[in-house]
Amino acid sequence: MSIDGQSATGPDETARPTAGATALRRAIVVGGNRIPFARAGGAYAKSSNQDMLTAALDGLIARFGLQDERVGEVAAGAVLKHSRDFNLTREAVLGSALSAETPAYDLQQACATGLETVVGLSNKIKLGQIDSAIAGGVDSASDAPVVVSEGLREVILDLNRAKTLPQRLQILSRLRPKDLAPLAPGTAEPRTGLSMGEHQALTTAQWKVSREAQDELALNSHRNLAAAYGAGFFDDLVTPYRGLSRDGNMRADTSAEKLASLKPVFGRNLGADATMTAGNSTPLTDGASTVLLASDEWADARDLPKLAAVVDAEAAAVDFVHGKDGLLMAPVFAVPRLLARHNLTLADIDYFEIHEAFAATVLSTLAAWEDEDFGRTRLGLDGALGKVDRSRLNVNGSSLAAGHPFAATGGRIVASLAKLLHAKGSTDGRPARGLVSVCAAGGQGVVAILESV
Amino acid sequence: MADKYTQLVNQGLGKNVAKRLGLPQPALLRRYRPGQPLIAGPVVIQGDSAAADQLGAELLSWDLDVRRHAVPGEKLGAIILVLDEVERPEDLGRTVLSAAASLRDLAPSGRVLTVSRPAAEAGSPAAAAARQGIDGLLRSLAKELRAGATGNGILLAEGVDITSPSALGAVRFFLSGRSAFVDGQFLKISDAGGTLPEDPDLPLAGRIAVVTGAARGIGAQIARTLHRDGATLVVVDLPAAGDHLAAVANEVRGTALQLDITRADAGQRIIDHAVQRHGRLDIVIHNAGITRDKLLANMDPARWDSVININIAAQLRINEALLASEHFSQSPRIVTVASTSGIAGNRGQTNYAASKGGVMGMVRATAPLLAEAGGTINAVAPGFIETEMTARIPLALRETARRLNSLKQGGQPADVAETIAFLASDSAGGITGEVLRVCGQNLVGA
Repeated sequence: MSIDGQSATGPDETARPTAGATALRRAIVVGGNRIPFARAGGAYAKSSNQDMLTAALDGLIARFGLQDERVGEVAAGAVLKHSRDFNLTREAVLGSALSAETPAYDLQQACATGLETVVGLSNKIKLGQIDSAIAGGVDSASDAPVVVSEGLREVILDLNRAKTLPQRLQILSRLRPKDLAPLAPGTAEPRTGLSMGEHQALTTAQWKVSREAQDELALNSHRNLAAAYGAGFFDDLVTPYRGLSRDGNMRADTSAEKLASLKPVFGRNLGADATMTAGNSTPLTDGASTVLLASDEWADARDLPKLAAVVDAEAAAVDFVHGKDGLLMAPVFAVPRLLARHNLTLADIDYFEIHEAFAATVLSTLAAWEDEDFGRTRLGLDGALGKVDRSRLNVNGSSLAAGHPFAATGGRIVASLAKLLHAKGSTDGRPARGLVSVCAAGGQGVVAILESV
Repeated sequence: MADKYTQLVNQGLGKNVAKRLGLPQPALLRRYRPGQPLIAGPVVIQGDSAAADQLGAELLSWDLDVRRHAVPGEKLGAIILVLDEVERPEDLGRTVLSAAASLRDLAPSGRVLTVSRPAAEAGSPAAAAARQGIDGLLRSLAKELRAGATGNGILLAEGVDITSPSALGAVRFFLSGRSAFVDGQFLKISDAGGTLPEDPDLPLAGRIAVVTGAARGIGAQIARTLHRDGATLVVVDLPAAGDHLAAVANEVRGTALQLDITRADAGQRIIDHAVQRHGRLDIVIHNAGITRDKLLANMDPARWDSVININIAAQLRINEALLASEHFSQSPRIVTVASTSGIAGNRGQTNYAASKGGVMGMVRATAPLLAEAGGTINAVAPGFIETEMTARIPLALRETARRLNSLKQGGQPADVAETIAFLASDSAGGITGEVLRVCGQNLVGA
């Protein structure tokens, strides 16, 4: 139990049993497929969310021979979504080679969307409600919805209700020139007016994360991702799309010097202390990802590979509005709760996949876990949660290099981690273990544990 | 689709004009569709050996209209000259001349087929002369045929009967629309191996097949054809071609394997994928290949090496893995794509021709190794085929190239695919180490 009454974020649920664990089945990650991620306005500038999600699905279907298969359920989502895409995932399924009798639903939890689809569908498989599922996510920052002004919207709706010509003319006369300007989608937090980058800049300063450390993390991300491509790691994880066969944001030849030469773009009001640049922050990105999940029986019956099991997950949220915690720090609380539920420590994890929204997000998270005082006062532990072995962190690169199409990041991470875990097999007589951590807008975060099969 | 010129001269005004001006008049070829009759019209069998009678009885059991004597004026589907017992050149005349009278009655896309024995295996100089004479006779006759008709020969090795599975399989292949663009060619039946399919429209039912370079062009068409014939497909191409590959995989209800075949472990990865999903691997089609044309004087190491590596070295490495695998052991089949450039040579293609010549050498030398497992390996050598690649040849050159054969047109990717599907089938189990050209009897490399 926490000692300062922070029960909302403390490990107060450790006593909860893993409900009916004996009755639950395993949920297996069979594999994944994504399209290469493209910088916004780049190769996929003319592609819609539905186009990209359908392409990612079709690549997955081709990889595993799922043509005409009635999959238990498909769940995916997009953060930037047109109102016409109210049934985005089902429409993508109908446009794919899957059986038209495959049900689907949309889900939205900001940047955690992709991971949450994996969690939710895995739970359905574990419960025996479905035998197979495809989790996914897609986002286009290029083809983002543009909205008309509130003034114009009210006029249009009133016009629709008007019955006579004089009424219509009277309504039209309310229009002012400024009403005609369209509104671009904003990424600012509604309750603070600050962008995600500005929020992170506050957290970065709070945890005193240096520019050098951020640039180093970004450099590693690019180098690791490029090396993984070179080794053929993504041969069965990525299917080309629109002329792109590797992530458009990846800079295999970037260097510490190049990254150091970039000017800060967030937290500029901090003056000389501003550290966050375009190089150590993720760019706006377009892309889509999918993950094939199944019960052991379903996978075995089709002679499909089994890479990893989705063990458990935890969501958390923080009160960033009042400045108590940083906007992107929810995983800092979710991870200790999840580890405690399984009697694990950070040392028991073989691979860490901590989503690089910003290099500083990862480093702030690590700093919080290494902080004795934070561990005691906020996490309700005896001291610091512990240290993450950096050689186990984002070993094949992460969002800084690959890019971050919001809802697609979870699927990218889960499929890559599952393949890594499968290759590692077991260590010390136990399955290899991986931890996924994804922060999200609204001060939220979802984390999950996967185990090799 | 036939090229625009061929379409033009096969209809109304275009047909008239071409005829009056004496322009080439390529025919619209009869191509195979499942369920269509094997051949349109009666089949006349000429020859007085036992094999002629046996073949006649067999074709009757296929519900064909078989004749031993032609009725003048009646349109014929095919003329088969059975010459397996000729001992001296003088023996040819009677059978050949009695067939000659029927040639004018051959229907469009009709077939002339010879059945004989290899000259190299003859017991006397006179027999060898007679047998080799059939080679010259058939190749000349094929050039005389019109309206899409073709002439081909079946060579029965000593001791192999016309009723052996592969001899009958070859007869069926040559009579059918599957061989539309195969002309002026001989195919040797080495032994009595092979089995005829239960359903001639599904000759590959239950077989697990891998096609490399399957993302587009001829490779994609091979995948479609093998799928139509009943095979379960694993399609392979470079990771960078994965989007096209996925579309092909979804079309043929198979699985896509994104793999660079020049990787050292490519063979093992292909086997692993097939075994994981299907428990074994039966058919491998080496179709992946590239051209990097340059006169040898201007050749750079990158162009030379990439062509050799992809077109032949990779195949050798993959075959090594296949031969060592217990999972490639149920009447395994390898069919590889050579080229008429590898036979006749082609200016600017020293690297390509070296690689394709290499493919043919590999096929002959690998045949005995595969025979131990009841397997076969053969090559198909396409001539001018209408693909995205040949569409990029400048118009004048392209137009010349596609007319330089007896059928006066380029072949379709489906023509190559049909021949490959036949060589990959169980009924071709007695055919190995062969190179079969799909070139419309191209004047090049004849």
